[in-house]
Amino acid sequence: MWRYILKRVVLALPVLVGVSVVVFVAIRLIPGDPAQLMAGQAATQEVVQQIRQSLGLDQPLPVQYLYFLRNVVRGDLGRSLFNGAPVAEELAQRFPRTVRLALASMAVASLIGIPAGILAATRRSTWVDTAVMLVALAGVSVPVFWLGLNLILLFSVRLQWLPSFGYETWRHLVLPSLTLGAASTAIVARMTRSAMLEVLGQDYVRTARAKGLAERVVVNRHALRNALIPVVTVLGLQLGTLLSGAVLTETVFAWPGIGRLLVEAVLARDYPIIQGATLLIAATFVVLNVAVDVLYGLLDPRIRYE
Amino acid sequence: MSEPRPSALQAAPWSAPDRARAVWSAGALVWRRLRRSRSAVLGLSILAVFAACGLLAPWLAPYDPYASDLENSLKPPSAQHWLGTDELGRDLLSRILYGARLSMVIGTIAVAIGVVLGVPLGLLSGYLGGWFDLLVQRAIDVLLAFPSTVLAILLVTILGVGLVNVMIAVGIVSVPTYTRLVRGQVLSLKEQEFVDAARALGAGSLRIVFRHILPNTLAVLIVQTTLQVASAILSAAALGFLGLGVQQPTAEWGAMLSTARQYIQLAPHTLLFPGLAIMLTVLGFNLFGDGLRDALDPRLRA
Repeated sequence: MWRYILKRVVLALPVLVGVSVVVFVAIRLIPGDPAQLMAGQAATQEVVQQIRQSLGLDQPLPVQYLYFLRNVVRGDLGRSLFNGAPVAEELAQRFPRTVRLALASMAVASLIGIPAGILAATRRSTWVDTAVMLVALAGVSVPVFWLGLNLILLFSVRLQWLPSFGYETWRHLVLPSLTLGAASTAIVARMTRSAMLEVLGQDYVRTARAKGLAERVVVNRHALRNALIPVVTVLGLQLGTLLSGAVLTETVFAWPGIGRLLVEAVLARDYPIIQGATLLIAATFVVLNVAVDVLYGLLDPRIRYE
Repeated sequence: MSEPRPSALQAAPWSAPDRARAVWSAGALVWRRLRRSRSAVLGLSILAVFAACGLLAPWLAPYDPYASDLENSLKPPSAQHWLGTDELGRDLLSRILYGARLSMVIGTIAVAIGVVLGVPLGLLSGYLGGWFDLLVQRAIDVLLAFPSTVLAILLVTILGVGLVNVMIAVGIVSVPTYTRLVRGQVLSLKEQEFVDAARALGAGSLRIVFRHILPNTLAVLIVQTTLQVASAILSAAALGFLGLGVQQPTAEWGAMLSTARQYIQLAPHTLLFPGLAIMLTVLGFNLFGDGLRDALDPRLRA
């Protein structure tokens, strides 16, 4: 087991290095001169040159990359071009908010998705099944930003039940987490349904029924427990997607997390922020996927790795 | 199922008319199965409506989608303007019809870019193996570490906004999916006898890959492509919504929603209809893709 964990971690390292190269190169491919942007239009050539030197932009690219990597490892991601605040601090402030939103969305996905999937599987080929699957398909087809705007229209503008922006209380969390969680809910429901259908066809389920157990007991105790293993994996992978995919939801609800920070930075051409945010998002995704793999191995003793 | 599987048609040394007849009958078989699938029929009907809207937009649209009429701005649906008007008094129905054309084109071309780059890469990666495969797969791992929205945003930041760059960005985002999918197919196909047979007959790697292996991955590719168009349309609309995609005043659904957001209280209809159009189109591709998967290969049924 330990060897397996070690192997997964070691395999993730080159990916992380690759991610840093991609982000580094991408930022330098963006048209425009950061030094000029920082100095402002009215600045003299000398000032621009000075800034370029202080940012290390006059060095050859590979040298710049090594400096960049060294700084990243030290936790120094540079400063915002606009308010001069350290990027790392900005990220540290915003990341927990994105985590909160992602966790709430995952709760939505499990609390709605799993029961819906069970319902569809136990009522297979009835109108209940068809309806659940159609709603699930709609859930992956709906543009997430449009769903968010509609929830705002209904619950904030019309009914005035819930706030449309802000992040302080749980009331602020309801609409964003429903929005962000919609696609995951649909995916979890589909996964639960097919896992349940497979398990319900197994011999031990027939045995449980044959010995006269109530259908509820068969479903909950015998089928569900085994069907949940793949569902848990999907949920874990969804967490990565939710954490990193909150860009649109955060924009719609003015949720001050990493995703909104990224969009604002792109629109303002704040290179250090774009660099820091994309790096953090991709790294989180890689680390979480490793964690899910490892957890999967711990949860299911039947899985043995070579 | 008692019917023969359509993939039986390859590998036989048939003459051209034989081959054409075989393709024809396999196509007819798939069509018969498709017609029995409710989701495929529903999906295809939705797509047919939107494709017709897109193709016939200049004839169907009651107004010029760019003609503003400030006296009639933000009007709710009425007899003159079936879906109402937007903030500049432009007819919403006309803009949505033209938007259908744009979304179909963006989705198709973006996915075509993904196929053209991703499929050969996956074919060669799977067939050649070795350091080439290792290199390609690690590169794909790195690309997959970026969520698709973030990758698309990053690419558009580099390329600049606008229609063509959106198609390129969304296309590149779909490359890893194709490369992974095709590589997996190749890995299982290349161990099969018909590949050994081709090699024994002296066929070169390129010929084996493109003439013998590629046709066998088509079923999976077609299904994936249908689903991929759906996500390409969603990604492009998302970029338009963020102001990083197709720009105003172009009648693009995502960009229309970006403006509609400011009038959410005054004119909710400007929010409702473009979003509904996106959702129905995407739903159409998803439904059709699911049905197609069942029709092309019953073993793949989810």
